[in-house]
Amino acid sequence: MKKTKTKLRSILSTLMPGLSSLSKRGPSGWMVLVGIAIVSSIIVMTAIAPWISPYSPILSRVGPIRAAPSLQFPLGTNQLGQDMLSRILCGGSLMLQVSALSVLICFLIGVPIGLFASYAGGMVDSTTSLVIDAVYAFPGLVIAIAIAAMLGPGVINTALSIAVVYIPSYFRIVRSQVLSIKELTYVEAARAVGAKWYTILFRYVFPNVIPSIVVVVTINFADAVLTAAGLTFIGLGVAKNIPDWGWDLTDGRQYLGSGAWWIITFPGIMIVLLALGFTLIGEGLSEMLNPKLQR
Amino acid sequence: MPLLEIESLNVDYRASRGTVHAVEDASFSLNKGETLGLAGESGSGKSTLGLSIIRLVPYPGVIASGHVRIEGTDILELPESEMQSIRGRKVAYIFQDPMTSLNPVKRIGAHFVELIRTHEPNTSAADALGRAKTILESLGILAERINDYPHQFSGGMRQRIMIGLAITLNPDLVMADEPTTALDVIVQQKILDLLEGLRKVYGMALILISHDLSIILERCDKIIVLYAGQIFEYASSKELHRAPWHPYTQGLLHSIPNIELSDQKLSAIPGSPPDMLSPPKGCRFWPRCPYAMEECRVEEPELIGHEQSHFVRCFLYDKKAGSHIERNREG
Repeated sequence: MKKTKTKLRSILSTLMPGLSSLSKRGPSGWMVLVGIAIVSSIIVMTAIAPWISPYSPILSRVGPIRAAPSLQFPLGTNQLGQDMLSRILCGGSLMLQVSALSVLICFLIGVPIGLFASYAGGMVDSTTSLVIDAVYAFPGLVIAIAIAAMLGPGVINTALSIAVVYIPSYFRIVRSQVLSIKELTYVEAARAVGAKWYTILFRYVFPNVIPSIVVVVTINFADAVLTAAGLTFIGLGVAKNIPDWGWDLTDGRQYLGSGAWWIITFPGIMIVLLALGFTLIGEGLSEMLNPKLQR
Repeated sequence: MPLLEIESLNVDYRASRGTVHAVEDASFSLNKGETLGLAGESGSGKSTLGLSIIRLVPYPGVIASGHVRIEGTDILELPESEMQSIRGRKVAYIFQDPMTSLNPVKRIGAHFVELIRTHEPNTSAADALGRAKTILESLGILAERINDYPHQFSGGMRQRIMIGLAITLNPDLVMADEPTTALDVIVQQKILDLLEGLRKVYGMALILISHDLSIILERCDKIIVLYAGQIFEYASSKELHRAPWHPYTQGLLHSIPNIELSDQKLSAIPGSPPDMLSPPKGCRFWPRCPYAMEECRVEEPELIGHEQSHFVRCFLYDKKAGSHIERNREG
């Protein structure tokens, strides 16, 4: 018994070199671990879905309409007679793509703007902050809806509309960090040995901002998942012929009254799980990386 | 030609509440291989004076007027790109706090490699690392620790690494801004010995900035005593120790404990340094000065040279300096 346990541990630690150091970090380390476990299993599940789905997720009438969970259809069927299990297995793909893409866009736009503007300081900084704060002042979902409605459906468009909402949070985090880091002695010391501005920005300031950005990225992932689901829910999501938890939630809603709880429950759980996974990683990391939050 | 020549340098901090003259009309020169001590209380302008030599006075500081010549070139007229090539290569600066002076995400070796390759782009990273190892060894740090991160070193070791970085490119002038303030006395001694040893080996000039007059007296050839942004006294350390002229310098020297006197009473200088936004009219020291005269409150004294090597900013020493010196030392 003990042998298998140590063996399992060694397998796990070869798979995940950071495991031991994470689990030694106490509750926040475990939060991150659980979060990583949830998120990675959802990603793996979605990736191998085409091979493990018992039925085609888009073919209708593979079974009876709105059948309750049974041995043949473990998660029941929906109003079109599609197998819910297959749809759950495949349905994360769009959501993952949209959130990953939106995080990437946010990162590629928010971080450089934050770095350059706040390092330059003065007028550049205050003007940029003003513009970004104006965007930040809008309620997130409302602005996302407006942009999604303007751009129309599509993975990239949805990702863009989510990105616009979250660029300000990247900018603000990066700015606050840069403002404090650029006053530190090691930056002054670098300047005193003749380092050029871009060396200071990319070798001294940026690496020290990364820990904070990592936290924002994970929180941003969780929010992006929820926003993507929200956009789909009000009908602004990606094409309807691709299985998606958001669509299942939207379409299944009207059948809840007639007792078909399984159509919306399982997609809902998946969305919540995915968001929870990202949030756990984010909160755990921010607790670990920010000593002030530790008791 | 002196290595460093500063002529009527003025540095202002233009804050929203008014302008602070952090360095006023400073003039002095330093030859190759000499050591100069900048002594003064907090806020007297020591660091500002030091930083203006490499043109890194922090915002809202401005070098208002004057000349800073390094080997005859006025660096205040150089474009920023040329200034960058002077920093680190000709003039190096060691900062006060070793705990925050190294980039926490970079290995020690990378600090050296970056410094060397900034100024000598043709050096390979391997060569630079090799040089870094030699320097670390000479600082008493094992060469194999080159791949460690700053947090893995103690404060004293980090300060040694900072010194190592400063001497890497064999600069002509090294400025050390309170290099020992954050360290305990034993380590202080070691760091200062190391600095002096390296200085002798490489033949660099050294400017030691400190609030601790005893350290400066022990380690420097020449001393500048700063008060409220002005040079109050400028002399060789022997001369200053034997016969301090300015009442302020006298007060400073009286406040250094002497281990050989068992019943010594330490005297403090009464009062505190002036508010630099509205310094007192006349001499800046008169509210605290035991010899303050009528003219001190009205007129500002100038820095006057008595003999070739001793300068003082005080009305007590006009022409007949000699008699006053004696009187003041008795008092």
